[in-house]
Amino acid sequence: MTKELYTGAEMVVKALSALKVKYIFGYPGGSVLDIYDAIFNQDDVEHILVRHEQAATHMADGYTRATGEVGVVLATSGPGATNCVTGIATAYMDSIPMVVLAGQVATSLIGDDAFQETDIVGCSRPIVKHSFNCRKLEDIPNIIAKAFYIANSGRPGPVVVELPKDMLIPQNKGEFHIDTDVQLRSYNPTVKGHPKQIKKAVQTIANAERLVVYTGGGIVLSDASEQLTTLVERLNAPITNTLMGLGGISGVHPNFLGMLGMHGSLEANKAMANADVILALGARFDDRVTNNVQKFCPNATIIHVDVDPTSISKTINAHIPVVGLVDKVMAQLMEEMDATGYERNEAALTNWWQQIEEWRSVNSFSYQAPAEDDKIKPQQVVEAMYEITKGEAYVCSDVGQHQMFAAQYYPFAKPRQWINSGGLGTMGFGLPAAMGAKLAFPDSHVICITGDGSVQMNIQELSTCLQYNLPVVIVSLNNRSLGMVRQWQDMIYGGRHSSSYMESLPDFVKLAESYGHVGIQINHLSELDEKLNEAFAIRNRLVFVDVLVDEKEHVYPMQVRHGAVDDMWIKKGEKA
Amino acid sequence: MRRILAILLENEPGSLSRIVGLFSQRAFNIESLTVAPTEDESLSRITIATSGDDCVLEQIVKQVNKLIDVIKITDLTERSHVERELLLIKLLAMNDKTRTEVKRIADIFRGNIVDIGKQVYTVQVTGDAEKLDAFISAVSNETEVIESVRSGCVGIARGEKALRV
Repeated sequence: MTKELYTGAEMVVKALSALKVKYIFGYPGGSVLDIYDAIFNQDDVEHILVRHEQAATHMADGYTRATGEVGVVLATSGPGATNCVTGIATAYMDSIPMVVLAGQVATSLIGDDAFQETDIVGCSRPIVKHSFNCRKLEDIPNIIAKAFYIANSGRPGPVVVELPKDMLIPQNKGEFHIDTDVQLRSYNPTVKGHPKQIKKAVQTIANAERLVVYTGGGIVLSDASEQLTTLVERLNAPITNTLMGLGGISGVHPNFLGMLGMHGSLEANKAMANADVILALGARFDDRVTNNVQKFCPNATIIHVDVDPTSISKTINAHIPVVGLVDKVMAQLMEEMDATGYERNEAALTNWWQQIEEWRSVNSFSYQAPAEDDKIKPQQVVEAMYEITKGEAYVCSDVGQHQMFAAQYYPFAKPRQWINSGGLGTMGFGLPAAMGAKLAFPDSHVICITGDGSVQMNIQELSTCLQYNLPVVIVSLNNRSLGMVRQWQDMIYGGRHSSSYMESLPDFVKLAESYGHVGIQINHLSELDEKLNEAFAIRNRLVFVDVLVDEKEHVYPMQVRHGAVDDMWIKKGEKA
Repeated sequence: MRRILAILLENEPGSLSRIVGLFSQRAFNIESLTVAPTEDESLSRITIATSGDDCVLEQIVKQVNKLIDVIKITDLTERSHVERELLLIKLLAMNDKTRTEVKRIADIFRGNIVDIGKQVYTVQVTGDAEKLDAFISAVSNETEVIESVRSGCVGIARGEKALRV
């Protein structure tokens, strides 16, 4: 019996199917047309045609953040591949597993500046976990399997696979073989923490008087939120999450102090600044958290648990470094606590919580509620959305003031509910990410909270939403300006609003309608609740809600630049 | 502080560019870099001379280790090691006096004259970077240096310790 032979293009699709990929997000073009032809001939893998490759990467990313499955992108060589760069960098910064299949000109043309040629492996090198070139079509399935394994293990991240045209064409065929159980001699991420370090960590925790648990996106990525909650309750420790870690513990949990950092709560930042022990779990001491590293938590012993050794002692020196997967290490910590008969220091805890409650009573996430005829405050819109969706929606945000308001005023009950570009701060992320989440969970409310600036960075995807029936609710906090830029210009640049106004905004209602969706504008406070309810009641069509909000509103609290973690503006002109 | 790092990695296209890219991207210094396949042709070995304090070095080692292609990295400066660099230097040798001097200095440094032209000698010297600097300095006092090329250092640990898979 002769073995069946496949083209490289067929192998790509068969490999994806073998890896249980449901969706790929992409855009056709010359060098990958053979793959598109192979997609046409099967039903396992569905292709979602976006309108811009950047959106394909964000959509795959949103799908991944919502589900935990590896997102897959397909782009043609040259401009298709380079359009993916922002989305790859976004995934890289937030450790999102992604595989980007990028076309390439035929190997005989590589280096000739051929039509639609760019060195995408070179272009993406600083923003990928790894990249592959395919030089033999028989290698394609195993390269794709390796790409998935690398993308989704250790500290996850994006992997680029470059596929030259001549590897894909019908003239070349080979046998299909895939080994999904990947072993690499040069890549063996550490899974469990070192027992000595675990011992040290537990001892340090047991001796702590002012412990704070500081967690990040690692908790969400490793689906370790239940374990985290158990650990926190056992320690009765105050806990704070980074922007990426929101939902890692319920936003309404009594031990939760709110987000920390630049726009974090006073109590979270105060607790960090005054802690004697910080247990950092899957968080990387980003500069949006630490503020001035020289002044960061001077009296704290830092236990830093991270799967990525490079994250440890990169910006803040860790006294007890623990390399390992955060869920595995938490289990080890609990086992060690059982073994050593850990008991809480209740007296110290009572004092510590008393102090924290004092900071909490300042209520730093509060804003001046407007009088009846005044402009709508953006925070009110987020609060109203929380009410209407009962806190159960997937909230995908763009980047800017609205992102911070959403993080502050929508307490996330569960991980993966809050989807935003934390590390790179990519405007244009929100809508495609929401589309990815909606594709994964069609029956859930999926909100894209955005602004008039951000939403215009990938607004063409309204067209994709119509094609695939992705009825997300877009809520734009329209302040006719680039809000966060404007806020910095107000606070730091003497009110000189250089290029932060959006003039000649489109009529977003008509724009949504022209794409075949529903557009609603909210102009007055009196109609906010009613019209938002109306928007969320529509479940089978996309609704674009354009809310005209107070353009002068700033995000508070805000860390004072170059200050300690708890040097904060509580409101305009008032420091903590 | 100067450091010598030895890196063992997969002999794959693009591996070297990942290492070099990492150094430039993270603003780490590369003083010299040598690379060649090892006795196992699936592996390459890189020696990088760099500089930095303990924190910088820790980050360099961790970041390099994080690259998927990298199998092992070790800091040779930490322990006793052998370090060598090759220098090829072309010197103006117009007259007998200069030729004699060049030969004499080369002998002192255990260098060899490996090529002779009508007016030039090419000398090969091996040793650590300091020795090569000293040679260049000594020979420059006698004649003009026309051209020189240095390989960058290679290093290997003394004794039983070995960097291998």
